[in-house]
Amino acid sequence: MSAPQLEIQAIAAVAAAACALPGAFLVLRRLSLLSDAIGHSILLGIVLAFLVVRELTSPLLVVGAALVGLLTVVAVEVVRGTGLVREDAAIGLVFPALFSLGVVLVARYTDSVHLDTDAVLLGELAFTPFDRLIVSGWDLGPKALWVLSGILAVNLVALLLFYKELKLTTFDPALALALGLAPGLVHYGLMTLVSVTAVGAFTAVGAILVVALMIVPPATAYLLTDRLSVLLAGSVGIGVASAIGGYWLAHALDASIAGSMAATAGGLFALAFLFAPGRGVVAAARRRARQRWEFPQTMLAIHLLNHEGRPEAAVENRIEHLDAHLGWDPAFAAEVVSRAERRGLVRSDGAALELTDRGRAGARSALARAA
Amino acid sequence: MPDFLGDYTLRIVALGAGTLGIVAGALGAFAVLRRQSLLGDAISHAALPGVVLAFILTGTKAPLGLLLGAAFAGWAATLAIMAITRMSRIKYDAALGIVLSVFFGVGLLLLTDVQKQPDATQAGLDRFLFGQAAGLLRSDVITMMALGAPVLVALALLWKEFKLLAFDPGFGASLGLPMRGLDVLLTGLLVVAIVVGLQTVGVVLMSAMVVAPAAAARQWTDRLGAMVVLSAGFGALAGVVGAVISSRVERMPTGPTIVLCVTVIVIVSLLFAPRRGLVWARWRARRGRKRLRVQAVLAALHDLDARHGDGHAHSEAVLEVAGTGRGAAGRTLAELERRGWAERRGDDAWLLTPAGRAEAEQRFEERA
Repeated sequence: MSAPQLEIQAIAAVAAAACALPGAFLVLRRLSLLSDAIGHSILLGIVLAFLVVRELTSPLLVVGAALVGLLTVVAVEVVRGTGLVREDAAIGLVFPALFSLGVVLVARYTDSVHLDTDAVLLGELAFTPFDRLIVSGWDLGPKALWVLSGILAVNLVALLLFYKELKLTTFDPALALALGLAPGLVHYGLMTLVSVTAVGAFTAVGAILVVALMIVPPATAYLLTDRLSVLLAGSVGIGVASAIGGYWLAHALDASIAGSMAATAGGLFALAFLFAPGRGVVAAARRRARQRWEFPQTMLAIHLLNHEGRPEAAVENRIEHLDAHLGWDPAFAAEVVSRAERRGLVRSDGAALELTDRGRAGARSALARAA
Repeated sequence: MPDFLGDYTLRIVALGAGTLGIVAGALGAFAVLRRQSLLGDAISHAALPGVVLAFILTGTKAPLGLLLGAAFAGWAATLAIMAITRMSRIKYDAALGIVLSVFFGVGLLLLTDVQKQPDATQAGLDRFLFGQAAGLLRSDVITMMALGAPVLVALALLWKEFKLLAFDPGFGASLGLPMRGLDVLLTGLLVVAIVVGLQTVGVVLMSAMVVAPAAAARQWTDRLGAMVVLSAGFGALAGVVGAVISSRVERMPTGPTIVLCVTVIVIVSLLFAPRRGLVWARWRARRGRKRLRVQAVLAALHDLDARHGDGHAHSEAVLEVAGTGRGAAGRTLAELERRGWAERRGDDAWLLTPAGRAEAEQRFEERA
């Protein structure tokens, strides 16, 4: 692995980690699509700041872009606040307009610099190692790595300082308000972090895939845990895995790194969606299948209990009789009995059925629950 | 007549942009009313891998094949969104974000994969990102119309059913209508409407053509029929004007130009639409406040007049305390004077005129 390769992976991983932290709160607060809106509209901020300072690496670009990101959130709120359009339409009106303005400005006024529509959509991850931070002759590594590490550090510090506030305003805004935690302030603080982070990630992965890094890893972690702290750590881990996995996928296919990072994140989400323990699609299907067989087994146990020790038991408690009594066809009855035997609820010698102690206890508790 | 109507290329471009505006506008009205504004965003982004895959599989850039690929991918995206929200705890907004970004990422992956092939046959797939009206051919426009016309026909045939779906699906179900099937069908029509515009506006911004004309049209009317027609009209207007500007002016990408045009329509509608527009609302609120102030000062003057007897003038400061807030009494008294209900006596004193007394008594009686 060459040094630029290592650096690209480091940059991608730091970008993913920085995105996952505020992204987790967006997912929990059901504001995921604000990341889409901010991710698009910061282009306008970058272009405007560029037209002022005429330099692509100036920190002013980050400031300008973050301001436009905040402006997007405010504009969505203003449009929604008129009461003339609903929130989803407000988002859908604001960011395409700002993004379009940004694209038109890029196309018209910035042709001589490396800020074209491909860079806007794909980012420039492959080129980031060439733009290096050099302080009095010392090469300190790629600038993008420093910028993104700084953003990650800001996010971490903000998270540690305001963990309680973020948690409470996310899960119980009414209580947070009653305790004087100013949910509005927390909201705009979070949006500031989202904007700043989106600007950093924008240079790495482009406008649209900021969404992939902000939303997909936290959503994946959300399928795996109920604890906020685990969710945050998991989001970062999954984000970093998507970044590094995406890099090697792109390497293998010789294709867009940003696109493969999003695809990898999507793949990880699909895995969690299907196979998450307890909550995944497969686990749910297996639970349903098990429950489908559990109910007839309980019925069987209750039936046997009813007739146990009575004169008619020799007739009633036989496999053939289940057809007449419970309406089960012979194949189904045989399957239920064999499953009940395997679970140790029922003993059978040939055709006569007998409850075990466990089966008897199970039937009694089912009857008690029903009563 | 402007000379561009004689220009064949421009006529094709305008025709194509108009078609996409009409179809997206009409379907967008339903999407906005059903709070599916951002579904359009997800569908249009998700169309990208469909376009590229269709190209990889068929090897041609025939518009029909690419658009069918886009429609298929858009359809798959809506199914994925439904599956994620139904079968997991992920909420609708996050499901949209996931499907949008992952589908788009896969699309970029495939696109860059195709682009590295040495022959230039893939050139032109790029225009699906931001759209390119100038490149529209006659066959493209015919394809767009062939896809768009059935959508509009279906909308007209199932008008009553879709109306119920948008406003009262529960009632529709109680009438025995298959609301689930209608939902799937209407979403399918939305997918086709988005696909129609992809070549011209591009996958990144096509969603704006679904949301914006409808949001603008909503401000002008409370009737669904009028809203759909207006929305289609706004969409066509923005499409044609944007496409013409873009093909006439150097370096004006088509999709963004059309979106900026439709944004202007939205801003004008939000501000000036009769009754709902912000300017009229502000004006009405001001008139209402003025009426209340006139009422309050008149009542205060009448009250003082009744207690002190005829011919006694009252100072503005007293009326301010009794009738309105600080500073407002002066303007309001001037208004009363204009209407002939009060007279200025000296610097700072005001007297109720007989006409003012009659007016006040009539208003008091009305209130009593």
